[in-house]
Amino acid sequence: MDRPIRVLVAKPGLDGHDRGAKVIARALRDAGMEVIYTGLRQTPEQIVSAAVQEDVDVVAMSILSGAHNTLLPKVVDLLKAEGVDDMLVVGGGVIPDEDIPFLKEKGVAEVFTPGTPTQVTIDYIKENIMK
Amino acid sequence: MELAERLLSGDKRAAARLITLVENKDPKAFEILKKIYHKSGNAYVIGITGPPGAGKSTLTDKLVKALRKKDKKIGIIAVDPTSPFTGGSILGDRVRMTDLALDRSVFIRSMGARGHLGGLSESTQAAVKILDLYGCDYIFIETVGVGQSEVDIVKTCDTTVMVMVPGLGDDIQAIKAGIMEIGDVFAVNKADRDGAKRTAREINMMLDFNKADWRPPVELVIAVDNKGVAELLEHIEKHRVYIEDTGEKEKRRIQNCKTEIVDLVQQRLMNIMLDKSNKEELINELSSKVASRKADPYSACELVFENLKVDL
Repeated sequence: MDRPIRVLVAKPGLDGHDRGAKVIARALRDAGMEVIYTGLRQTPEQIVSAAVQEDVDVVAMSILSGAHNTLLPKVVDLLKAEGVDDMLVVGGGVIPDEDIPFLKEKGVAEVFTPGTPTQVTIDYIKENIMK
Repeated sequence: MELAERLLSGDKRAAARLITLVENKDPKAFEILKKIYHKSGNAYVIGITGPPGAGKSTLTDKLVKALRKKDKKIGIIAVDPTSPFTGGSILGDRVRMTDLALDRSVFIRSMGARGHLGGLSESTQAAVKILDLYGCDYIFIETVGVGQSEVDIVKTCDTTVMVMVPGLGDDIQAIKAGIMEIGDVFAVNKADRDGAKRTAREINMMLDFNKADWRPPVELVIAVDNKGVAELLEHIEKHRVYIEDTGEKEKRRIQNCKTEIVDLVQQRLMNIMLDKSNKEELINELSSKVASRKADPYSACELVFENLKVDL
């Protein structure tokens, strides 16, 4: 495949730390992907609107605030409401292991917790994009 | 419904998908554009250019908000550089436009330059047409941060806004050829900083030498505080009236189309030349020879030409 994979990297909710998001954005860039970075404190509605306009392959969200069980499924639902069924939604950040099954059940494809080598995330995205 | 009809009916996802297809050079996209091209040409296209960090995205955000008060439908194409090493990129212009994400009458698309050097990407012109057909009244094109000679924007839009900031150089920089010649309207952003008035004065002195009928205005702006933005928009509207009344707009658009046709032909020739099945191997081999002085680049060029299997 010679087209670059397009990834939206977003920070949903109210935490103000985007170091992790920037690290992953840079790693994806170095893996040859086009990363659309949307900045801090995004609502699920803003994230979905951007994902639709940018026609991305992946919506990657970094969240440290503890609100993941609310915000990540909300993004999945809003994407569905827009009729989008070919975007991979992944999450990362401080997310307890016991919450991961719930998130997956709600449609988040994968969750990357602290310490995950960036290469693991890159490989996962390359193997799982739906377009 | 077909992608073309969906686009013409203002379907956001159709516009987004079509731009993706164009970026990936999918022949399907160009077949669609061939059919509906005649319906385009209604949007007014404004280019926003200037050096990295000058405030192009922030200024675009503010200009768009001002136009939204007049209930205009707006498209924004924001181009950022692509890594020459990995092909990857960080497209970060949306960070300055987060409020616009929820406005249903604003469509923002980020594009990687994907190896194109003139400040835009190869697909920018096609993306402009798509947003035009999508029904935008105004389309803003934000270039990559430019240096001295990335002037593609002027061949793509109706009004070019050159965004400058204080402290980048003296009046010699201002009279150099290249990007300083292409502004129809100048904004000196971050005007609360030292040297802003001086920068404006130097640009004005440079512009006083212009012989054209349109004398580009220079406006002091503080984009983050929304200061000078209304005035800048007025200058843009005045320029629009000027080029529409004098027939300059038609002339520009013809010139732009000429550039586009030539570019498309060039791209196609380049693709033939760089096609892996064609001469890439030969070029790689010659590169080593030229580097070690066993061959010279001029003879190498002739050899590549002779061996080119052009299937036009």
